[in-house]
Amino acid sequence: MGAIGAGIAALGAGVGIGLIGSRAMEAIARQPEAVGDIRNNMILTAALVEGAALFAIVVGLLAG
Amino acid sequence: MKVDLRKLSILVFALVFSFGMLAAQDHGQEQSGDSTHEEQDSHGSEAGHDEGLAHSYCGGHAEDGEYDPVTTVMEHIADANEFHVWKGVHIPLPIILYAPAQGWTTGLSSMFGHGHNAVDGYVLNHGRVNRVADPSFPKGEVHIDGILHRKETVEKGGKAEEKDVYFACYEGELYKLDKPSTVDGGFLGGGITSFYDFSITKNVFSMILASLLLIWLFMAVAKGYKENEGKAPSGIQSFMEVFFVFIRDEVTKPMIGEKHYERFQPFIMTLFFFIMFINLMGLVPFFPGGANITGNLAVTLTLAVFTFLVTNLNGKKDYWEHVFWMPGIPAWVKIILTPVEVLSLFIKPFSLMIRLFANISAGHIIILSLIGLVFLFGNNGQSVGGAAGGAVIGGLFTAFMNLIELLVALLQAFIFAILSASYIGAAVEEHDHHHDEAHEGAH
Repeated sequence: MGAIGAGIAALGAGVGIGLIGSRAMEAIARQPEAVGDIRNNMILTAALVEGAALFAIVVGLLAG
Repeated sequence: MKVDLRKLSILVFALVFSFGMLAAQDHGQEQSGDSTHEEQDSHGSEAGHDEGLAHSYCGGHAEDGEYDPVTTVMEHIADANEFHVWKGVHIPLPIILYAPAQGWTTGLSSMFGHGHNAVDGYVLNHGRVNRVADPSFPKGEVHIDGILHRKETVEKGGKAEEKDVYFACYEGELYKLDKPSTVDGGFLGGGITSFYDFSITKNVFSMILASLLLIWLFMAVAKGYKENEGKAPSGIQSFMEVFFVFIRDEVTKPMIGEKHYERFQPFIMTLFFFIMFINLMGLVPFFPGGANITGNLAVTLTLAVFTFLVTNLNGKKDYWEHVFWMPGIPAWVKIILTPVEVLSLFIKPFSLMIRLFANISAGHIIILSLIGLVFLFGNNGQSVGGAAGGAVIGGLFTAFMNLIELLVALLQAFIFAILSASYIGAAVEEHDHHHDEAHEGAH
């Protein structure tokens, strides 16, 4: 069960981080001069999304 | 305000309760239920009695015959009381143990003879100090016949759960071992035990080493700034200045703001360099490195607690107002929002702790699993061709993973630093405009 939960969590985080990445790429293509700001905010947001997924993974690990 | 307090207390209760449930579950695993039966591991003799088993088993060397990837990986990412260099070669580390029943025990980890000696009832089990809880076990240094590993099946709520139990064999008798001490952060396989372990473990040793290296490095850099005042930087100073400027321009200035960033620059820099250094040291597979330091909850907890303290001790009036009574929104929304904001005070450092721990642990687990392919394909030494195939596949993937981990080591240090900076930035921020817009709730 834990492994299934961890898998679903990874799936959710993957979709979330993928969306962030795709939008960031779009934004960089539109405004290449803002690449530094966009990159920083992308990493920050990805870290926040990842945080939610990591909670799920840790709970999955604890549940075995 | 009354409703609000009640809701808050309900939320806090729910949180405590859910943690309590987790703890109870964990505790249940440690205690033997009423319908416990023991199963012997797949190796060793089939003898049923404890005594017979002890005689037939403990004579030999207490090593698992079959390759168990999960146990091996968990053993490698956990903390240890001695530094394993390669098979049979260990670097001894100082041991400082305290049990309320018998006082202090100190020495070097070599006194345990890699699991063949017991000192004051302490033995070394897979690199970790365990204690024989039985008071009849002899004190002082005695030779033991080995350590027996068994799987015990505990019936709990209709579910059968397997757990590992270890016994010390001494003169044909089996003595059950306690769990390793949790004081040094034994998240993996720890539990509440009868003794405290204050030893300089592998992780502590590596952290001290990393700190000394960092102090040495930054002393040299500081000396460079004194000598080259007004001139271009030279040597190691010019290398570190890139990092310094990067942290200042990309992390602290935009996150904390022009007015306050200088105050927090040292803290953010310390976090960044310490985490980066121990992450990178963890990637080095041989002696001075190899300890999974940031993959240890106790270490990341300490780092997160520092961020929590720095954030909240520097919180301005505006910050606390936003936490307890968010301005510019209807009163009924405030009642919902306040508990959420109070919880988020704790969730923020908690997520910092979990993020660093999980990222670094996951990286170590993946690399160790790929190396484990060699033993898995090689059938633990039975098939040379399989081992060669595993070495090629595992080696290639490990090289690839190590490169990714190099990125992750830097990225996680950066993320820890930038998130800490943004939390501190939110705490010291001063609003000089009125809160009449709905989007102010996003702070």
